[in-house]
Amino acid sequence: MMAGELVLSASEVVRRFGSVTALGGVSLGVRAGECVALVGESGSGKSTLLRTFNRLTDPESGAVRVGGEDVRAMDAVALRRRIGYVPQDGGLLPHWTVLRNVALVPWLLGQDDAESAAAGALEKVGLPAAAYGRRWPHQLSGGQRQRVAIARALAAAPRIVLLDEPFGALDAITRGDLQQMFAALRAESGIATLLVTHDLHEAFLLADRVAVMRAGRIEQDAPPDTLVAAPATPYVAELLARARVGHEARR
Amino acid sequence: MSVRITTAAVVCTVALALATPAGSQPGSGTTRPSARPIVVASKPFAESYLLAELFAQVLEARGHEVARRFGLGGTEISFPALQQGSIDVYPEYTGSGLLVILKAPPDPASAKVFDIVSREFRTRFDVRWLPPLGFENTYAMSIRTEMAQRLGIRTLSDFARVSRDMRAGFTADFIGLPDGLPGLRAAYDIHPKSVNALAPGVKYQALMAGSVDIIDAYSTDGLLGRYAITVLEDDRGFFPPYDAAALVREALAREQPDAVAALTELSGRIDVLRMRRWNERVEINGEAAAIVARDALVELGLTSLSGDAGTPGEARGSAPPASLRDYLWSRRSELVRLTARHLVLAGVSLTAAVAAAVPLGLLVSRTTAAPSVVRAVGLLQTIPGLALLAFLLPLMGIGFFPAVVALFLYSLYPIVQNTVTGVQAADAGAAAAAHALGMTPRQVLWHVRVPLATPVIMAGVRTAAVVNVGTATLAALIGAGGLGDPIVAGLALSDTRMILSGAIPAALLALVVDLVLGGLQRLVTPKALRAR
Repeated sequence: MMAGELVLSASEVVRRFGSVTALGGVSLGVRAGECVALVGESGSGKSTLLRTFNRLTDPESGAVRVGGEDVRAMDAVALRRRIGYVPQDGGLLPHWTVLRNVALVPWLLGQDDAESAAAGALEKVGLPAAAYGRRWPHQLSGGQRQRVAIARALAAAPRIVLLDEPFGALDAITRGDLQQMFAALRAESGIATLLVTHDLHEAFLLADRVAVMRAGRIEQDAPPDTLVAAPATPYVAELLARARVGHEARR
Repeated sequence: MSVRITTAAVVCTVALALATPAGSQPGSGTTRPSARPIVVASKPFAESYLLAELFAQVLEARGHEVARRFGLGGTEISFPALQQGSIDVYPEYTGSGLLVILKAPPDPASAKVFDIVSREFRTRFDVRWLPPLGFENTYAMSIRTEMAQRLGIRTLSDFARVSRDMRAGFTADFIGLPDGLPGLRAAYDIHPKSVNALAPGVKYQALMAGSVDIIDAYSTDGLLGRYAITVLEDDRGFFPPYDAAALVREALAREQPDAVAALTELSGRIDVLRMRRWNERVEINGEAAAIVARDALVELGLTSLSGDAGTPGEARGSAPPASLRDYLWSRRSELVRLTARHLVLAGVSLTAAVAAAVPLGLLVSRTTAAPSVVRAVGLLQTIPGLALLAFLLPLMGIGFFPAVVALFLYSLYPIVQNTVTGVQAADAGAAAAAHALGMTPRQVLWHVRVPLATPVIMAGVRTAAVVNVGTATLAALIGAGGLGDPIVAGLALSDTRMILSGAIPAALLALVVDLVLGGLQRLVTPKALRAR
């Protein structure tokens, strides 16, 4: 699994917002089938880095590649349709049914079987289309809405999915359920995943590698065991100590 | 250049519309189908209605076809409309011509004033004063006789000494025009404690009820003799002579000299007592101006009773029905026609406003220009109705088209404002996610922002519609018709029932329009967002 081709790569990426340097020359790679977690405090640049891959943000310098191709050479809209995306608030369209929300990307891609693809994706996240497809988002619980958002990200069967704090707004029990569900989905599909989270437990539970970001730079990028065994900087050590991680049951 | 072309186009359209023989009867030997109808107008007060009706009926008696545009909004609307060619003739007063239109200094000599306005209007405006009708209608500054006796006030100079304790109730014309309050202030040092704008039709009631202490009555007002009112003497000769006369376009004189000849038959025939008596019949007895005018022409020997004196403009029967309900019922066909006209005015202008304001709102809502555009459109809203109409007049004349343009401009603001607000307030998370998953900006707008904004946009349309239906009553002031007609005429003739016959349907219409649009709002709101 670790030896797959590089599906996402950033090299020496710089991005500033005014006088604030969000990314100060960051390099990162995600291989096929791999799950990489970006962890760090608010403002460390992890979301900005994630957003360079589907061109929600363009870097000032450095190169961002998806599937080996420089994203600047690609049409932004077409690129986004190739990549699954789950924001923290779900971002479901409130005036569309659950099924139509999930069918969004297949529909944008002009697929004839958009609805059946959506129904399949709903089934995978534990919300059968027959029971949930015709509901409105406001008729679902917070956890159910996030499941729909994940189904929507996966409905067009992308090779890559970007998750930006996907479970951050949920209560602990629901969050645990969704983490388990997503771990199972990944085990089954092997989809390459870049996960932004401020929750080290979540990162250790779901990711093959964890990249610790601080002030627009990556302090350490390593598998969880290595991180625990040999923190590269005092910041990483402190972060691990504060979160008291390292003893999760690995899947 | 483009303005001139537009103007030319509008003038052509109006001319075409007027040139179309409307309702000409081939069997009637007196009608000349070749001539276009002569447009007779009046200002919005009783005497002006009556004189205009006299003009119209004498023209009809001499075989001319006439179109009535009564109740136009004062000299500032009527005179430009005449200059511009939208109307052919209306009754005016030499003093107003001298001071208001020519802005010349006042002069007490009646004949000299007539010479000045005749010469100047012909050379400067291509407009002709026909020889005066024979009576003068000057301002009669009036106070309650009880107060006059108690304070020993006989002249305007007397009044000036106590004016700082007095509340004035003046017509809007008088407050603003140089031959009114501004001039009076300068000539007599009169400075009332407060100045209230009153409709001509209510000033006597306001004076007698003690709401105000001085009014600008007219010397021919039929009501003048009815109340215990003292007319103050103009001891410094401030007011110029106000000889009433027909003001006609020179073009009419060139094209239809016999029409001008017919109008001239009235010259020198109406003395002040006659005029006051006729005014009294309209103002106090509540008789229709058309009927009083018909009798007046017979009295003057210009028509015989057996002759058809034309169709009355205001169908007020000689025996008015007892209750308001009966009155409304007796006028039902007229009210239906006016309501339909009103709906067309409001409907056309609102539809155009929606067609312009929603795209404009959508276009600017996602840009930094949004606040300035909303503010600019909002500025339009602050222009007073009559001022906007007066501003549009030189470009578009009077009637349906400028009224629709004015209503259109007034309807823009709530729709643009709500479109911008609705789009900006639309669920930001949903729009961002749709963008991130590959919707184009256009798709985000059409599939996410606009559907989510529809309830807010529709609320703006409803606001605009209700305001529009109300404002459309002002269209009567530029001869565009609608339910404002009976309101303006009723105000001029002190006829409350006539006012209500326009106001009640207008209010009901606003309610109905709001209900219908409320239903439409529900219909276009995405199902998931409807009130649950």
